[in-house]
Amino acid sequence: MKMKTLSVLFAGFCALPLSAQETNSLAQFQQRLDAMQANFERTLAAQRAEIDALKQELAAQRAAPPRPLLAETPPVASGASVLSAPAAPLRIGKGASYMDIGLVGTFAAGGSTANDFESLQLGGHDPNQRGFTMQGVELNLQGAVDSYFRGNANILFSVDGGGESFMELEEAWLETVTLPGNFTLRAGQFLSDFGRINTQHPHSWGFVDAPLVSARLLGPDGLRNPGARLAWLAPTPFFTELSFGIQNSHGETAASFRSEGHSHGGGAKEGVPFGFRHPDNDRGVRGFGDLLFTPRLATSFDLTDTQTLLLGVSAAFGPNSSGGSGDNRTQIYGVDAYWKWKPANAHGGFPFVSLQTEAMLRRYQLGAFDWDENADGRVDAGEVVDPGTGLPAVLARETVTDYGFYSQLLYGFRKDWVAGLRFDYVGGNTADYERLGLTLDGAALGRDPVRDERWRISPNLTWYPSEFSKVRLQYNHDDRARIGRDHSVWLQFEFLLGAHAAHKF
Amino acid sequence: MRTLLLGFAGILLAFSAQAKLNVVCTTPDLAAIAREVGGDRVDITTLTRPTEDPHFVDAKPSFIVKLNRADVLIHGGADLEVGWLPKLVEQARNAKIVSAAKGNVRCCEGVQMLEVPTTLDRSEGDIHAAGNPHYLVDPANAKIVAHHLAAAFAASDAAAGETFQANAAKFSAQLDAKLTEWTAQFAPFKGAKIVSYHKSWSYFAQRFGLEMNLFLEPKPGSPPSAAHLAGVIAKMKEQGVRVIIVDPYLDRKTAETVARATGAAVVDVAQFPGGVKGTEGGYIALMDHLVNSLTKALTK
Repeated sequence: MKMKTLSVLFAGFCALPLSAQETNSLAQFQQRLDAMQANFERTLAAQRAEIDALKQELAAQRAAPPRPLLAETPPVASGASVLSAPAAPLRIGKGASYMDIGLVGTFAAGGSTANDFESLQLGGHDPNQRGFTMQGVELNLQGAVDSYFRGNANILFSVDGGGESFMELEEAWLETVTLPGNFTLRAGQFLSDFGRINTQHPHSWGFVDAPLVSARLLGPDGLRNPGARLAWLAPTPFFTELSFGIQNSHGETAASFRSEGHSHGGGAKEGVPFGFRHPDNDRGVRGFGDLLFTPRLATSFDLTDTQTLLLGVSAAFGPNSSGGSGDNRTQIYGVDAYWKWKPANAHGGFPFVSLQTEAMLRRYQLGAFDWDENADGRVDAGEVVDPGTGLPAVLARETVTDYGFYSQLLYGFRKDWVAGLRFDYVGGNTADYERLGLTLDGAALGRDPVRDERWRISPNLTWYPSEFSKVRLQYNHDDRARIGRDHSVWLQFEFLLGAHAAHKF
Repeated sequence: MRTLLLGFAGILLAFSAQAKLNVVCTTPDLAAIAREVGGDRVDITTLTRPTEDPHFVDAKPSFIVKLNRADVLIHGGADLEVGWLPKLVEQARNAKIVSAAKGNVRCCEGVQMLEVPTTLDRSEGDIHAAGNPHYLVDPANAKIVAHHLAAAFAASDAAAGETFQANAAKFSAQLDAKLTEWTAQFAPFKGAKIVSYHKSWSYFAQRFGLEMNLFLEPKPGSPPSAAHLAGVIAKMKEQGVRVIIVDPYLDRKTAETVARATGAAVVDVAQFPGGVKGTEGGYIALMDHLVNSLTKALTK
């Protein structure tokens, strides 16, 4: 005690005559000492953590199943060799990680004799301007959530024709791993289980752009929305899967249903029927009837050892937002077939021949609609006019039918080379509203361009420098009724980084 | 009526007691070993064909049905089937074979993997993060797999556990005897150089003291270029390499062209029983064939 007082006194005595500068250097010394001590403690903590980690690893290796004994023939150890064990975090790409991360970037360059790219290229991520198009950069994350669920997310980054960047949440869902009774339940935002092309991401398509029929009837970005889907594997000797999806029916990714936007006549987007839609119909879910239902049945057979056939029938039922009453409905039906041949000694997946066809039919109930929306009894700008009366048109409820199909043949004629040929056709019946000779701002409307007949033929050639990149050249010969023929050429580039998720058949 | 029901129940019981394990193997080599270990207590379904490239297999829906009914799934692991198997297991809705289940057997566990990359860089070609997955062409690794299978089968059918262990031990003993023979056959050719198309024979080369450092493809998975082949031809001439081996799914014509330019012989080989004629008998028949045809070619 006495010593301490003395030393304090001594320190005080010593400090007294010191100049301010010397006090500073003492403080600096103190600071350095503190820093050194902190550093030492950090190092110690890091070493302790390392020791703990090593201990854990040792415990894990002890817990791992013992290696079978090979007394007589021990494997010869070579330079780079390692014992593969489940506990060792060997891999970054797949399996050992908590999440597989993959990134696919797709760009295109080209041009067309057509100028109306909006109605020429129907898919949301199709090349859609002369010069370069950034079709999308897709980030895919997937993995086991826990022992009950697996998770998947697809986030798409893109740059539109105007140079504006945007982001879309294509998919984000979880799915049960082992539900009893051969069921799988999926919930979240997902691509509706309708046909083949709708559930495939653009990078696994055989062509640069979306088929006309799916882009027109299901929507430019396909049919996808938040919801749930139950799929059942039937106990048949061959593959039979029955699925049933329930999703919201509103939003821009449900184009044939209650997609948003109060679009009128000329403002109607491609993919949506000539829109007579009252803003009151753009609403959320009020009841069960406001949801979208998608049943599907798929079945598959191996025709021979080298040939497989997959057949499916799909449907989508839900309300649409046309008219003013809010009780108009859309039905879409689809059939799809996929056949593939690959010889028993194929190398790297080549050669092969595949044929994929989908046909769809949509019945769209157009609600009754009075174009005199401001109810002033006169023709105002932007109102559709009935030439019979010279007044804003009053349209009765009617159901319009649209249909179409595409058929695509892919021939992997040598390793890493695929030649493709696709035929597209879309059309529809001539509706009453198209027969009336309606005019808008003095111009005749005639046949609805988003429902008019059109066909397209697209040969292409794809080269895969490796599994992780591709270069594709495609020519589109378009023939649109009342518009004419157009020629387009697109060159597409794609790269893949990280995990390459296994593809479904 | 009651007797009928009882009889029916009796039959059911008897049937379930006799029920064989439903085993699905990804490749025919695993199936061959599973047959040795499982004997008549297992029913084996093989997904790929012996002539097929196991890296690139279509995830056919019929495989989903097979996996849905499996008690045990046997796969090589080490990323060999990574391009097609995970999607199938996901869709199979079978709790017995999901990755964490005891019925999911990753055969590479315990195998001393070769060519494990220290860095993962795809500019080096299509490399496997877990190392070279073609490990079963070393008979020592076949023994490891046999032990795995005995344990896995026993976990699903405890009653036959001893049978499985005995079968595995018998198979191992056969392999040991054979291995002595095979090693003796290769003894005169220690250090002999053999060209292969794909880097899928490292384990075989290591086991039998062969040198396989020349490949027809420039990098794993890349197609051979003229320049690369010219280099291979020059090296073969310089080193006096006289044998080129080709798997059934690889381009034999390329190998023949190189053989003509160098005076080497093309030998058809397979990693899977049934992949070349005369190997249908199983794993030992396959190895016998490989050793015989290669030593014969090297003698010339």
